[in-house]
Amino acid sequence: MRGMSTRLKIGWVVIVIVVFTYTLFPVASIFATSFKLPGELNLGTFLPVHWTWDNYTQILGPDGSARDLFVPSLRNSIGISLIATAIAVVLATLAAYAIARLDFRGKRLILTTALGVSIFPVISIVTPLFNLWRQIGLYDTWLGLIIPYLSLTLPISIWTLAAFFRQIPWELEQAAQVDGATTWQAFRKAIVPLAAPGVFTTALIAFFIAWNDFVYGISLTSTSRARPVPAALAFFTGASQFEEPTGAISAAAVIVTIPVVILVLLFQRQIVSGLTQGAVKG
Amino acid sequence: MAAITLTDIVKRYPDGFLAVKGVSLDIADGEFVILVGPSGCGKSTLLRMIVGLEDITEGELQIAGKRVNERAPRDRKLAMVFQNYALYPHLTVFENIAFPLRLQKGRFTEQQIQDKVNFAAQTLELQDHLQRKPANLSGGQRQRVAMGRAIVREADAFLFDEPLSNLDAKLRGQMRTEISRMQRRLGTTTVYVTHDQTEAMTLGDRVAVLRKGDLQQVASPRALYEHPVNLFVAGFIGSPPMNFVPGEVSGDVMKLPFAEVPLTDDLRRRLGDRTLVIVGIRPEHFEDHAVIQQQGRTGGVPFKAQVDVTEWLGSDLYAYVPFETRPEVAGKLEELDRDLDGEGLRTQLVVALASDSRVRDGDDAPLWFDPARMLVFDPESGDNLTYDADKARAIDEQNEKDRKASIERAKAREAATSRA
Repeated sequence: MRGMSTRLKIGWVVIVIVVFTYTLFPVASIFATSFKLPGELNLGTFLPVHWTWDNYTQILGPDGSARDLFVPSLRNSIGISLIATAIAVVLATLAAYAIARLDFRGKRLILTTALGVSIFPVISIVTPLFNLWRQIGLYDTWLGLIIPYLSLTLPISIWTLAAFFRQIPWELEQAAQVDGATTWQAFRKAIVPLAAPGVFTTALIAFFIAWNDFVYGISLTSTSRARPVPAALAFFTGASQFEEPTGAISAAAVIVTIPVVILVLLFQRQIVSGLTQGAVKG
Repeated sequence: MAAITLTDIVKRYPDGFLAVKGVSLDIADGEFVILVGPSGCGKSTLLRMIVGLEDITEGELQIAGKRVNERAPRDRKLAMVFQNYALYPHLTVFENIAFPLRLQKGRFTEQQIQDKVNFAAQTLELQDHLQRKPANLSGGQRQRVAMGRAIVREADAFLFDEPLSNLDAKLRGQMRTEISRMQRRLGTTTVYVTHDQTEAMTLGDRVAVLRKGDLQQVASPRALYEHPVNLFVAGFIGSPPMNFVPGEVSGDVMKLPFAEVPLTDDLRRRLGDRTLVIVGIRPEHFEDHAVIQQQGRTGGVPFKAQVDVTEWLGSDLYAYVPFETRPEVAGKLEELDRDLDGEGLRTQLVVALASDSRVRDGDDAPLWFDPARMLVFDPESGDNLTYDADKARAIDEQNEKDRKASIERAKAREAATSRA
């Protein structure tokens, strides 16, 4: 901020405050709501009048009414998203490596196809998938969600990784080979440490895409066998038909946000350290 | 330590492009050989074939008497310094230098690695930087780290791919002497690629000049300078470059654009029945006529010329003299200029005069040149008609003797310092 005029500084501070309020207010509101008593939801206050853990015991506690809905779905979400991310990152790394390094026919075709797949509206393929999955027995299974999630995560992973790989100084690989490394050693010792930050970033993006999905989650599952959290939230009910399950939903939303925040903090360290090392340019 | 022998090496790319067209070269054990040429002459490709990063299409490559065409780079026991150094950004300077040692698992103990890296760091004055990352080093330091990595490898030969082209002029001069010192001290066979003729002349025991994948001449720097085989080598070696002017044979004299030179019997024999040739004269073979008279020198050809621009450099005074060329040779000279990465601007003489010369721009200056140092080229083939193979060989032999003596001296010095 040095070298800026006072007016410019004030301007920036104002913009930052506006952006932070705009992005963080809904989160804060959900957080506050999750601690409200069911009967006090409509009082119109921002902060709860009486702070309570009721909503959390409802979804997590041993006798919670929404426990059987929420806990299995949390397990499903974590499992399915992690597996989909792992497969997507492994496949995308291999594909992006080939795209960045090799010259082969149909390279552009692969990239444009990947782009085409990723812009294809999810809602238009979910109905045919629903029918197909029921026929071949993938309906309401983990695999039945992992496969469509790959169609979302793979294209973006290939694109980001290919862009990242193109910037790696591949001369290092040759230098390592001359220094006495095998092809595999050269890749592992010279290239992987440089590629790791890009792979972390990609994994993060892929995980969020899978974690946030709602359309596939609600359409291709029917029981707690495979239903992920975003879909499960739609099935929450209040204690009676006159009560809105808003408090419980807010509590669940806070819970599913936690892993995302943790992941960001965890991986960001990796990404930042990777970026600050920087490639040595002549 | 090893000799490297290239026999009819050819590189043809999959698209049919011939990058190297049958190069044969013998590099003796401990010799410092430069591959030089303008961009696109195939010098880097040749180096990459030696180190094993490019496949050899045809021909045979031997290192220490063994065919290595099919060997992977790591089995050739060579060390290479890349143009942008190729340092591993995630490793410290110490680990960068230790990298080749750590790859040979179990061969060295941690203590041995420490010793070797410290020795290399000492040689290159890098002791204070061992724990830093390459990103925090200056260009010259990075360059030295890359050289350190080559030293610890204890390779049969060092290969350099334009290692100084990313440094500024002052540092380049320093690193040049550093490389030269290191090579003499270690006595390791070295192949060095550059497009810079100054580096080629100052570093090399022998210099191989390449043009469009063809080897033009391999000789000691002095033989190249004084006895180039053709127009291309003559134009490439030397800075400022050699002047090329049309020469018309008429009776007993050769008419140059600015003067007439009497023909000697030897020259007449070499000219044969050619009536138009290209004459090459180096800038320093011209002089201010007034200076020549002061020194009391006789002989040579005095002439008057309109000086366009002068540049005073302290040690020399460069004067530029525009002249009209002949259409018959203009094409050939333009082609040469293109081959040498030139801009083909105007035809002018560059003459290097004594720095105390009073010649100034705009003068109709009295100049002088020594016709005995003049080279004559065939306008069609570009061959040097005045090439004297015996003299060139004699220079090369003397150069080889000097090289061996220099290595002996370096070894003796080394032994003396290690005893002390």
